[in-house]
Amino acid sequence: MSSSLLFNVTTFAYLASTVAFFAFLASRNKNLGLAGSGIAFFGFIVQTVAIGLRWQESYAMGHGHAPLSNLYESVVFFSWTIILIFGILDLKYKYRVIGAFVVPFALLGMAWAQLGMNSGIEPLVPALQSNWLLYHVITCFLGYAAFAVACGISIMYLIKERQETTDGNSQAGGVISMFPSIKILDDLNYKAIMIGFPLLTLGIITGAAWANYAWGTYWSWDPKETWSLIVWFVYAAFLHARITRGWVGRRAAILSIIGFAATIFCYLGVNLLLSGLHSYGGGQ
Amino acid sequence: MTTKDRGFLQALWDFFCSLKLSISLLILLALTSIIGTVIPQVPNIPEEYIRSLSQTKLQLYDKLGFFDMYHSWWFILLLYLLTVNLIACSIKRLPRVWKIISEPTLVMDEGFEKSLSLTHDVKLKGDSAALREKMVSFLTSEFSKPVVTEVDGACHLFAQKSAYSRMGVYVVHLSIIIIFIGAIIGSYFGYKGFVSIVEGESVDTVGLRSGKSIPLGFAVKCEKFSVTFYDTGAPKEFKSILTVLENGKPVPGYVNIPTIVNDPLTYKGITFYQSSYGSASEGGTFYFSVRPRTGGTPVKLTARQGDKVSLPGGGTMQVLEATDEVRNFIPQFSGPAARIEVTTGSGAPQVFIVMRNYPELDEQRGGDMVFTYDGSDQKFYTGLQVAKDPGVWVVWLGCALMVVGICMAFFMSHKRVWIRIANGHVVLGGTASKNPAGFQLQFDSLVDKLSKL
Repeated sequence: MSSSLLFNVTTFAYLASTVAFFAFLASRNKNLGLAGSGIAFFGFIVQTVAIGLRWQESYAMGHGHAPLSNLYESVVFFSWTIILIFGILDLKYKYRVIGAFVVPFALLGMAWAQLGMNSGIEPLVPALQSNWLLYHVITCFLGYAAFAVACGISIMYLIKERQETTDGNSQAGGVISMFPSIKILDDLNYKAIMIGFPLLTLGIITGAAWANYAWGTYWSWDPKETWSLIVWFVYAAFLHARITRGWVGRRAAILSIIGFAATIFCYLGVNLLLSGLHSYGGGQ
Repeated sequence: MTTKDRGFLQALWDFFCSLKLSISLLILLALTSIIGTVIPQVPNIPEEYIRSLSQTKLQLYDKLGFFDMYHSWWFILLLYLLTVNLIACSIKRLPRVWKIISEPTLVMDEGFEKSLSLTHDVKLKGDSAALREKMVSFLTSEFSKPVVTEVDGACHLFAQKSAYSRMGVYVVHLSIIIIFIGAIIGSYFGYKGFVSIVEGESVDTVGLRSGKSIPLGFAVKCEKFSVTFYDTGAPKEFKSILTVLENGKPVPGYVNIPTIVNDPLTYKGITFYQSSYGSASEGGTFYFSVRPRTGGTPVKLTARQGDKVSLPGGGTMQVLEATDEVRNFIPQFSGPAARIEVTTGSGAPQVFIVMRNYPELDEQRGGDMVFTYDGSDQKFYTGLQVAKDPGVWVVWLGCALMVVGICMAFFMSHKRVWIRIANGHVVLGGTASKNPAGFQLQFDSLVDKLSKL
């Protein structure tokens, strides 16, 4: 069995999970929600095996390295971390409906990677031959994934809030009535960012440590570094906003969505639109 | 000081203490930081970019410091404002928080009880001395050791956990200041530079980005440089073999040190990072063999770049360029190669490539003379980034402190529990600084155990 076959299975699992979650939203049948989570977790396990297998395959090819070295591998890993963070929140807080707004991010990543990218295993160029690669990439992407989950929750918040303000006598039949209350969504948004912010901080610090070890400068205002700091500023503002009156709720949700947009630009936009040191080992 | 002055100072102080300022500064820093990722920054500004700008735009960008944005006066000012802001906020709020930690409310009277979201009233048998004994041991084993206070015949117990987690925010603020201090130390007492060393030679000064060059206090010799490639053609390893020299003598322990990307060499606080390489422009000699197509013994030729060398059968040859790795230009081949120009008595000069690893290849060219390339003694130079940064450990200390502070602030909660014993009633009250839902579970289990006593 090859890792690429398992990655295809993963993609289909996330697709099936997304469909199940949407059907859950439409029908409000609890079993569909359970199926959505179950299929997502199945996909997660398959993906975990596939990532391990790809790691092993790289050793069989004679240049073993963790599968975190190019755009394809990073997008696959990003999907994996999104489902991981969703799984933690799902098991802990049991607001299944969030899956409908989070699993699609993972599906999007896997579909893009499988359909649009070269999945070949390539040897590591000298710049990436370091254990820091592992620490840096894992912390950054777990952080990104938590922000993705927070963004999904914030979108739910804005939809829910809009419904509550437009028709005060909340319709009993609407899809949106399945959403947790805006108070809970606001709290979950905060909790997801509380997971993401320390991880992003660690990601920036490990990146700085690596840069210092490899090039002798821990900070050189390279576009990737700068954008990661921009993301950090936005979420730092979010955290401070929460303890100020008038910034909870709607504004916090908007700030969280802006934060995730900045995160995606930091991750993809910088590589695709700007130039710098993070070229994913020489282009795709 | 007049009242007006005091009013102004007070307003200034309030301005710097305000959380709105923090949020504004953070968002402003995020927005302005984008500029430098879109506009090229010194020293990497392409000529074409400068030419593509109109004169007014160029002057405007230059005036605003957009070409070195992160060191412009206004960006530094924003960073200073943020620093002053977080110091002021900390000074204003720290004493209050410290008071909560060091002088906790020991007594839960009925008024205070009403302010707590979690309370529970249990009726237990026994006289108050026995109950008191029981509650002390209960809290000690199930939560943490309580402080006992007697007021008006009622007995009050207070116990807390992770009180210091309230300091987390201030630890993070302090860590940011420490990182800034580390950065300032680095910029005043350190430097960043670059050296290039030809194989077999040494350097004792380093060129800084400002154009200045400063002595190292010792010398670094490049014994050898090598580069290897994967089968795919991607580079695998750039390696310089370096030796540190003091007064021309090798320093024990610093002889023939392999220095590769991601594994630098550090001596006396100065670190050398493998960064680039190339062929040394001068001094190379190239070796060829040439034989007639009809057969016969090959003749060895020696050529220096640019020299015209006479051929045995008449005519001349000349080396136009050479490389140690032809793969970079022609991916199907590997190894050293030279592009040469051969002029025989009649006809136009012929230009072609000969490769050391493919000696038969030139036979296919169909010339009267068959050339083979035997390699060169041309040397590499290695390019090393040089950095001295005595502030870097201060920065790492700040980073470590930041991680600790964030964990304290996010994942630890100051939990407090009070017990009042009066008239056979035991009233339990509790509060936590964070995660109320999590604390409620803990509080409920405390109540549950208490009722079973």
